[in-house]
Amino acid sequence: MTNHWIDIVNSDCIFIIGSNAAENHPISFKWVLRAKDKGATMIHVDPRYTRTSQHADVFARLRSGSDIPFFGGLIRYILANNLIFKDYVVNYTNASFILSDKYDFKDGLFSGFDAEKRAYDKSAWSFAKDDQGRIKKDPTLNNPRCVYQIMKTHYDRYDMKSVSAITGTPVADLQRVYQTYAATGKPEKSGTMLYAMGQTQHTVGVQNIRAMTIIQLLLGNMGVAGGGINALRGEANVQGSTDQGLLYHILPGYIPTPTAAMQTLVEFNEKNTPVTKEPQSANWWGNRPKYLASFLKSMYPNQDLETGYSYLPKLEPGKDYSWLSLFDAMLGGAFKGFFAWGQNPAASTANSNKTREAMTKLDWMVTVNMFETETGSFWKGPGMDPKKVKTEVFYLPCAVSFEKEGSISNSGRWMQWRNVAQPPSGDSKPDGDIIYELFEKIRELYAKEGGAYPDPIKNLNWDVATNHAFDPHKVAKRINGYFLTEKTLKVGDADKTFKPGDPVPGFALLQNDGSTCSGTWVYCGSYTDKNMAARRDKSQTAMQAKIGLFPAWSWAWPVNRRIIYNRASVDPQGKPYQPDKPVIAWVNGKWEGDVPDGPWPPMADVEKGKFPFIMTTDGMGQIFGPGRNDGPLPEHYEPLECPIAENPFSKQLHNPTALKFTGPADIHASCDPRYPFVCSTYRVTEHWQTGVMTRNSPWLLEAEPQMFCEMSPELATMRGIKNGEKVILESTRGSLWAKAIVTERIQPFTVLGQTIHQVGIPWHFGWTWPVNGGDSANILCPSVGDPNTGIPETKAFMVNVRKA
Amino acid sequence: MEWNRREFLKIAGATTAVTAFGGLGFDLTPARAEGQAAKLKFTKQTTSVCCYCSVGCGLIASTDKDGKGKVVNIEGDPDHPINEGALCPKGASHYQLGKNDRRILKVLYRAPYSENWEEKSWDWALDRIARKVKESRDGSFVTKDAKGRVVNRCEGIASVGSAAMDNEECWIYQAMLRAMGLNYIEHQARI
Repeated sequence: MTNHWIDIVNSDCIFIIGSNAAENHPISFKWVLRAKDKGATMIHVDPRYTRTSQHADVFARLRSGSDIPFFGGLIRYILANNLIFKDYVVNYTNASFILSDKYDFKDGLFSGFDAEKRAYDKSAWSFAKDDQGRIKKDPTLNNPRCVYQIMKTHYDRYDMKSVSAITGTPVADLQRVYQTYAATGKPEKSGTMLYAMGQTQHTVGVQNIRAMTIIQLLLGNMGVAGGGINALRGEANVQGSTDQGLLYHILPGYIPTPTAAMQTLVEFNEKNTPVTKEPQSANWWGNRPKYLASFLKSMYPNQDLETGYSYLPKLEPGKDYSWLSLFDAMLGGAFKGFFAWGQNPAASTANSNKTREAMTKLDWMVTVNMFETETGSFWKGPGMDPKKVKTEVFYLPCAVSFEKEGSISNSGRWMQWRNVAQPPSGDSKPDGDIIYELFEKIRELYAKEGGAYPDPIKNLNWDVATNHAFDPHKVAKRINGYFLTEKTLKVGDADKTFKPGDPVPGFALLQNDGSTCSGTWVYCGSYTDKNMAARRDKSQTAMQAKIGLFPAWSWAWPVNRRIIYNRASVDPQGKPYQPDKPVIAWVNGKWEGDVPDGPWPPMADVEKGKFPFIMTTDGMGQIFGPGRNDGPLPEHYEPLECPIAENPFSKQLHNPTALKFTGPADIHASCDPRYPFVCSTYRVTEHWQTGVMTRNSPWLLEAEPQMFCEMSPELATMRGIKNGEKVILESTRGSLWAKAIVTERIQPFTVLGQTIHQVGIPWHFGWTWPVNGGDSANILCPSVGDPNTGIPETKAFMVNVRKA
Repeated sequence: MEWNRREFLKIAGATTAVTAFGGLGFDLTPARAEGQAAKLKFTKQTTSVCCYCSVGCGLIASTDKDGKGKVVNIEGDPDHPINEGALCPKGASHYQLGKNDRRILKVLYRAPYSENWEEKSWDWALDRIARKVKESRDGSFVTKDAKGRVVNRCEGIASVGSAAMDNEECWIYQAMLRAMGLNYIEHQARI
């Protein structure tokens, strides 16, 4: 979230798409309904009518996988009717930037495409520069090669009629949505976009989000109260676990993982430190070397920086190590050992049968959980013969959240501390203790016996425990960072001397010379003289109270900023665009309100002022996004499994760069009469993820005991299915049973003149428990992914449904 | 967080008074008051945050025997600015994660080709896992890639997890995995 949960109340228009917030984030809805009470309008766009739709002022259906045409039509509507927030677009976005001659777009492909590699040369999407190296701009937005005009041409094809034909949304509904949301382009109005996995789990997932970003920038909705791009994340600490770098491509704090092409720290910094010629761009990632140096010192305090860097494993350039590739490699026998820590991939991974088969290729697996899972017990699951499965499996019992202490970060980036309410049950232990004790044993073995490259293991700072128990406070202090050597630095206008061990007060003071450590730079400031995440103080200034900022309650990264890019909420002089709900304001040479995006004066001060989008190299919101793998502007491609033979917008039926695999478990069926229906997976209120915790909680299981499939009355009649009967769903990858829920919440779509049926299934069930509860919806889902993130396309794929 | 019990009871009492004759035709006040008192008598209140979705709702857990025993109740934290005491069904069922006879509270081991789990001690399991990790790491460690570039990576072990861990646990987990040289480090955020 660029904003936070309470901030939803400040919105004039709440656009929920690809999310069923009322059922899956029920408490978020408290703030949606409160905004409605204050007069806000709510739009819900979804393939299915849900309890979220029930509260919507405007509800529109769309076929799963057609979001980009839906948004493309909105962009076209905004531009055609000149509803943009002009000053914002000119001053704060790259709409005025002029593209180099190399940029082109023809019939679904951007320039720079290499058909053999199925990849783009992104240098073809660069901006034109003047002789000083500065980007050429046209603030009138009239130059035919400026981003604004290129975008206008690009989306001109997405007229209402064409959009309606592909999405299945009636033109009248499109008109209502477009008209309602475009009204937030007025400077004094704000609109927020809330989304969840309905937007991301597609082979165009990132471009779906990009499309929303473009809309929010055109309407001036970024940085303001009641605005922003807000992901409703699905797990209590999935924000934090991402911040702490538990992904192959990033170290903690969003520092790219080094590849073999970056042999030294110097080389890494050369390749990963953006440079700008725009004097007013803060170009915050220009500080990246300080953050990597501080991370290296948090791992290896006694080694020089180059040595610490040499200890980090290097990725092979161009190779994908993401989730789906990991399991594909596992199936190919690439791994001896596997940790499934606090996770249930046998049920959560698209193409579950492939995943479960992959686990038979392992020599050993460690699984850490609270309950039996489909992963830990895969060897005795459906279709498995334990006598033929070699994998040695260890199940380690972990404590529940209130049996241990530590922090988690919510979707609004609030880092909140949890306390111990009871000791760990039985023999279970907090994950922290399990990790600590296991690595102690590994270290002992290497100390005693030596082995392959023991140095990083031997030299890792493993001071994470007190009296042989994992100590979250000690680790939280290291994540915050502290000084390693004495250092005198300018703080405000005065010099301040820091001694070794002193906490670093904020990341602006982190150093690139090895004198500071910080495990995760964005958390610098979270544990200074006290544990900021544990704060329970609701006091706020009158200005902060107007927008429910609560800056003294817990702590938010970065630097306790509650609404990011908030410099875009004020005009170039620092005056709030929305005086009745100001986020920040420049008053008598000082910022008031939220923590601003940097201390500098407003951007009208050409000497000292800075542009608002401080994390982008050139300081501007990126309507044109040249960094993505599949194009700088969102373009419609059908899901890899789809019900139509030709894409009316171009000759490219599917995303030409999508992540795909070619084994026998990866067969796709588009327009295949054996699999005629679009299927989407989703969640219910009473269950969570693969259901391991909720299926084992009696109250919740009683409420939602079995796998079901929602379908329209028309489809049920066609297939002779009655409500409550057992049905079989099948895809090219497998089949499963479900109870039929025949409901008008689902209706057929008319797409390109044909009737297209869609069905929906929850993915919370699994064979371990309850008996006769059903199995994972992911058995049906394809292992294909977005070319930027690798997220699987579980929101749109093709199935058959028949009576059992 | 330590609650002042007298203050809390005063608030609870005020609430029951207001709802005493809520149209049910009979008076639930005594039963409700008794219920409230039972929860608070000899219990200690601790604040926490829900473990399910990412809204981050505040919880109050009540632990019996003045905090030395087990959690006997979990409810929404009325002081928390996001949920203001409210919880969804998942949050409201939190207590059942602590008191739950389906939890597996022993270390289990499944030998190759075995049809059963067997109980083991922590020491036995951690020793054996450490041994397996070392064997797999030493056997699959790659110092240089095909182009002769130093890569220092362990190719034979992969990890997934976990957004269910606290920040501090996630951080030391990544530290351990990266010190061992793993590249295949993934978790829920990807999917």
